[in-house]
Amino acid sequence: MPRPQTLYEKIWQSHVVRSNEDGSALLYIDRHLVHEVTSPQAFAGLRQSARKVRRPELTLAMADHNVPTSKDRSFIVRDADSRLQLDILAKNAREFGITYFGMDDPRQGIVHVVGPEHGFTLPGMTIVCGDSHTSTHGAFAALAFGIGTSEVEHVLATQTLRAKPARTMRVNMDGALPFGVTSKDLILSLIGTIGTAGATGYVIEYAGEAVRNLSMEGRMTVCNMSIEAGARAGLIAPDEVTFAYLKVRASAVKGPTWERAEARWRNLPSDDGASYDKEISLDASAIAPQVSWGTSPEQVAPITASVPDPSAISDAAKRQGVLRALEYMDLKPGTKLTDIAIDRVFIGSCTNGRLEDLRAAAAVTKGRRVASHVQAMVVPGSGLVKREAEAEGIARAFIAAGFEWREPGCSLCLGMNDDRLKPGERCASTSNRNFEGRQGRGGRTHLLSPAMAAAAAITGRLSDVRELMR
Amino acid sequence: MRPFTRLTSIAAALPMINVDTDMIIPKQFLKTIKREGLGRYLFHDLRYAPNGAENSGFVLNQSRYRQAQILITGTNFGCGSSREHAVWALADFGIRCVMAPSFADIFSNNCAKNGVLALNLPQHQLDRCLAMAQAARPLTVDLADQYVAMGRDGGFAFTVDNALRHQLLSGLDDIGLTEEHMDAIDAHERRSAIEFPWLWCQ
Repeated sequence: MPRPQTLYEKIWQSHVVRSNEDGSALLYIDRHLVHEVTSPQAFAGLRQSARKVRRPELTLAMADHNVPTSKDRSFIVRDADSRLQLDILAKNAREFGITYFGMDDPRQGIVHVVGPEHGFTLPGMTIVCGDSHTSTHGAFAALAFGIGTSEVEHVLATQTLRAKPARTMRVNMDGALPFGVTSKDLILSLIGTIGTAGATGYVIEYAGEAVRNLSMEGRMTVCNMSIEAGARAGLIAPDEVTFAYLKVRASAVKGPTWERAEARWRNLPSDDGASYDKEISLDASAIAPQVSWGTSPEQVAPITASVPDPSAISDAAKRQGVLRALEYMDLKPGTKLTDIAIDRVFIGSCTNGRLEDLRAAAAVTKGRRVASHVQAMVVPGSGLVKREAEAEGIARAFIAAGFEWREPGCSLCLGMNDDRLKPGERCASTSNRNFEGRQGRGGRTHLLSPAMAAAAAITGRLSDVRELMR
Repeated sequence: MRPFTRLTSIAAALPMINVDTDMIIPKQFLKTIKREGLGRYLFHDLRYAPNGAENSGFVLNQSRYRQAQILITGTNFGCGSSREHAVWALADFGIRCVMAPSFADIFSNNCAKNGVLALNLPQHQLDRCLAMAQAARPLTVDLADQYVAMGRDGGFAFTVDNALRHQLLSGLDDIGLTEEHMDAIDAHERRSAIEFPWLWCQ
């Protein structure tokens, strides 16, 4: 009998073009996503060495990191450097024969939101992008990971990557998520437990009841933040939820080809008895809504907790990190998290900019108003999400509650466009990173779920959303 | 790619853990379409006050460390975004070797593509290097011999993954090497189209 294999091993093995003696392999890449910030130098490299894009039809280019989210953006991008990057991507896509969703394309959006919703992402694939949140696509059991620009050039030229197999870690998320607790809380809680380097060198496979019960949107949120635990990729085995999602979106796969594909996908889950380099478990039923208090995603706590006391940390380097974070965040040990007032709210990003996320936030805001001192914005993850939310009346509800309703893009998650925090501003954000300066120099970020962000918008401070849901 | 063989330099210490790539090069400098010129923005928010003046407390602003080509830092260096700009900024500033107990995966990959050695070392060896840094005495990192020499204080051996070592020593272009295997790539595509036809549906 053949040795039982993990999901990861199955995908890896079916993509090895060539094994090298040193244990590395040349890995075939099925799909390549490209955006304007990490690709210009790669295309320039191709041009310089007179190389072509080997498989333009497997490549999809998108404007997302830099794009303004204002209504008038199709007329003018005021920032000259942003405009240049957007123009260059359009030009590169045209020259090299790549499909490009520009700002004026109704399908445009954040590359990791758009890929799945158009059926670009399928189980068993390898997917790369010059963006660390490529891990999002692992929700479909695609081996998906971020790469640097040199590797982008390598994939454009050869449709392959040189890579070494990762170690495997299974994270069992057992039990059912309690009332008011979401996929975002699940992943934040894991990162808080294992740390931002907890899964460095590993590919995580998420398993267990709490994961099985998640929608594809929820699974994408979990896999998205794998990188915040140090893992380049996260994977979730395909099941009926996956197939139902794909059936309506992956319209190019039909008839007997779909039958064959589904049969293969049903064989992808890890075999019984497959072994992992590491296994950990998390009791999902014991998780409360999470919020970050520091400047690393591992600096996170249940909303019911207080800002931690650094003097209680024995590891000197870690204590130093916490002291620095508290100073930057302007927080005092022992302060109740629910006593922290906020200035801004951001709902969006590749982590939480999908329709389900917007629905969850809108449900909390229903019949309520954004606190008068708070500026709150909703940035849909894609043009499709935006239109769907508008058709459902969600957009109207947000606007009525006092939120700004913007055009799709990465926006305030990293503040490369005009959406930025001012120094000292404190933001409740559904994004993925709370690093110093991430949302704007001197800006202070608290990571949380869309429902928690909506609760913060209403009350004007970090709040336990469960109290607003009862 | 510029090969990395042997480097002798003073080392600068940045004793922080989880230094993320946003900290190494903030987002506003990612709007470039070039690889060069990012050195002056390296560690921007640590190095410069909001008014643009140099922060004299920051190690790379201190005269003895301005020319440092080695950086010694804490665990999980380079975490976060995949931006290769972080490595371009380090290299453009002149840093050719970063020593830490651990690195984020994508960051170390990016280093390898730019002739920068991301050297994993255990804390006791880092401590010896830190002492040298504090005394502003040069270290020699010899990748061929896999040895860090510390003058009269001796030195120690280290090991680097063989493939990485070969790549850094030779400075060979990855794409050129892969292009030697175009037949194997063609064969994989033919096999994939038969075995997994849905991957080729458009």
